[in-house]
Amino acid sequence: MDSTTLLLSRWQFGLTTVFHWLFVPLTLGLGWFVAYMQTRYYQTRDETYRKMAKFWGKLYLINFAVGVVTGIVQEFQFGMNWSGYSRFVGDIFGAPLAIEALLAFFMESTFLGVWIFGEGRVPEKVHLASIWLAALGSNLSAIWILIANGWMQHPVGYVINEVTGRAEMTDFFAVIGNPKAWIFIWHTLADGFAMASFIIMGISAWHLLRKQYVDVYKRSFQMAALVGTIASVLVFLGGHTMGQYMYESQPMKFAAIEAHWETSAPADFSILTIGDLSGKREVWSIRFPAVLSFLACNNFSCEVKGVNELQAEYEAKYGPGDYIPLMVVTYWTFRIMMTIGFIMIAVAAWALYETLRKPDFENAKWFKWLPFWAISLPYLANISGWVLTEMGRQPWIVYGLLKVQDAVSPNLTPLELWISLIGYTAIYGTLAVVMFGLMKKYATAGPDLAMHESVDVAPAFAGADD
Amino acid sequence: MSHQTLQTIWFILIAILWIGFFFLEGFDFGVGMLLPFLGKTDEERRAIINTIGSVWDGNEVWLLTAGGATFAAFPHWYATMFSGFYLALFLLLVGLILRGVSFEYRSKNPDPKWRNRFDWMIFTGSLLPSVLLGTAFANLLRGVPIDQSMTYTGNLFTLLNPYGLLGGLTTTAVFLLHGANFLSLKLDGKLREEARAAAGKIWGVAVVLYILLAIFTYISGYWARGMVNPGIAPITALVVLLAAGYTIRQKMEGWSFALVALNIVLTQVTFFSLMFPNVMISSLNPAWNLTIYNASSSQYTLTVMSIVALIFVPIVLAYQGWTYYMFRKRISTDKKSLVY
Repeated sequence: MDSTTLLLSRWQFGLTTVFHWLFVPLTLGLGWFVAYMQTRYYQTRDETYRKMAKFWGKLYLINFAVGVVTGIVQEFQFGMNWSGYSRFVGDIFGAPLAIEALLAFFMESTFLGVWIFGEGRVPEKVHLASIWLAALGSNLSAIWILIANGWMQHPVGYVINEVTGRAEMTDFFAVIGNPKAWIFIWHTLADGFAMASFIIMGISAWHLLRKQYVDVYKRSFQMAALVGTIASVLVFLGGHTMGQYMYESQPMKFAAIEAHWETSAPADFSILTIGDLSGKREVWSIRFPAVLSFLACNNFSCEVKGVNELQAEYEAKYGPGDYIPLMVVTYWTFRIMMTIGFIMIAVAAWALYETLRKPDFENAKWFKWLPFWAISLPYLANISGWVLTEMGRQPWIVYGLLKVQDAVSPNLTPLELWISLIGYTAIYGTLAVVMFGLMKKYATAGPDLAMHESVDVAPAFAGADD
Repeated sequence: MSHQTLQTIWFILIAILWIGFFFLEGFDFGVGMLLPFLGKTDEERRAIINTIGSVWDGNEVWLLTAGGATFAAFPHWYATMFSGFYLALFLLLVGLILRGVSFEYRSKNPDPKWRNRFDWMIFTGSLLPSVLLGTAFANLLRGVPIDQSMTYTGNLFTLLNPYGLLGGLTTTAVFLLHGANFLSLKLDGKLREEARAAAGKIWGVAVVLYILLAIFTYISGYWARGMVNPGIAPITALVVLLAAGYTIRQKMEGWSFALVALNIVLTQVTFFSLMFPNVMISSLNPAWNLTIYNASSSQYTLTVMSIVALIFVPIVLAYQGWTYYMFRKRISTDKKSLVY
């Protein structure tokens, strides 16, 4: 193993994971929306609900397809690129992964198949149940993979076997009850709702500006504004709780996020810190007194350990080495994520307030640009969040137990990695273009196109004449 | 339960997952490979895709579950095999990616060029995994270079030996046959006849390859490394494959499908019997083999996973079986009845 294979493996994991995650939150959240809309149609027989379920359901499926195929890569690459890791954690990490497949993937894929093919073929109740089960399956899958990821950030319920040097599970319920994982789950499932809400608001606004399908998109917008407000607040609260838990369980990550160099009580919150080119030394900063203490432990005076002291502590405990994550990344991704999080709360709450206050909210000035451009917000926040949480764990792959450099597959050559890295990049790039094109086509065409099961049945738009 | 019993149970469970995968995704892959050849018009191709439209994704999960279960129950097996077969698995993933999006995206644009492109992606995405899985499994039986630290020391070309390639070709031929039988069961009218005719032609090729593979396995002594005698499984596998030739000619579609399915199941039973208790055979030194004993998880993990499997496997089987029952009707080329 040399440093090239390590670096290429890390880039590949980062790229494939971030790309996969561009599609997952929307799947998580939009599934619930579609299920709810279809339920309302079932209850009320109101055609508007039917059109809503059809339209958003179509976008859900286009998005789902990419999420599912890029997800297979995820499950394989632990063994392919990180065999050292797989050997070390298989007893513990493998379990939730296998349970995810057995409990969640089967449910999601089987019932989505029933939902796509079942309309008119299975009883309506069964068809309705299948979309709820598919949505539940996706969210269960997120729960299990976050339990696995939570263990990497905060290992619990294990011992290190002295003979084999591997981690072994001693308490399954400690692993699945890992508080770190459940804060992740809270943050992530709420994030799914927020992502779906912002997509719905943005696309609905686009149609409402053109005064088309007003009933469908007005109702969609109102629903998404309400859910989006609640979800954005929940995402924020989950994030805040995560920060406090991180202060206790991963103090180095916490300090690195804040560019907090020296231990202090109370600790200042950095508004802007400029580091040098290595990203590991501070040059200049503006700071807010005592706010970091509040973020860490809800009071304005507690002590927050600094990066320098922690580095010394870790060297004493784990031996010589660099235990500081790349601070320029942790510091800025956190600030991007947090700023966007606040903007999302503001946008959703404003949209909700306006929809409640004015029946003709779609004529307001802000409506012409804000909801549409706000679609980008959850995407940027999601990318920042995952880069932050995974880069902030460095140099550890399992916090305090195994370093990334010891986890990479020893047999891989740079050539093999270049082939796969370039291959994934090319395929994912093409997929992104095709998927974006289809999303745009179906999103702008409105519910008529989506109402028909296949484009052949009713050529409802220009060019479809076969 | 003792650790050894649990290790044996998990070997059997993983074998069952692979058997389920080859049985189910086998016809999926076959259908995908036949698509551009059997389907002359767009309606025909759509009908062919619709035969597996509601189930292919669920079938593929058998592979994911086999992978996940291997990770949880035999981490060293998972680590050695997945890192060792790196480029082969990369190509397999490329195939599955191309295939998976194509089913959903093909119908989203009526342009014949667009659709044709996705049809060939489905073809490629079905062919690649069939060849690669067959090659990989043949190599597992043949043995691959593994050193004393359980690390694979070969590369992609190590796997492309005559036995491995024969395994790949045979698997592909059997999957094609399985797919053609499935189509003759699920389609109607002219397509049904054509699918049956295709099955008749493929059958001859599959039989020849299958016999060659059996002879090769016997002569090279690959059959004599494990501890379990597969008994009548291999000979029965061959007999049912031969019998399928008769039923295909007699237009007994249900029987043909069942016989080839049985051939796939028995071939896998033979494979796993010949492997046991090894999971990866080292061609360098038999002492460096990965076995269910030196590659497994702790007793605690295996116990937990056994309980989980005991509860959820029956549930999964029940609802997946139910969907096949739900969509048991034949598919026609009538546009109104098609989804994809």
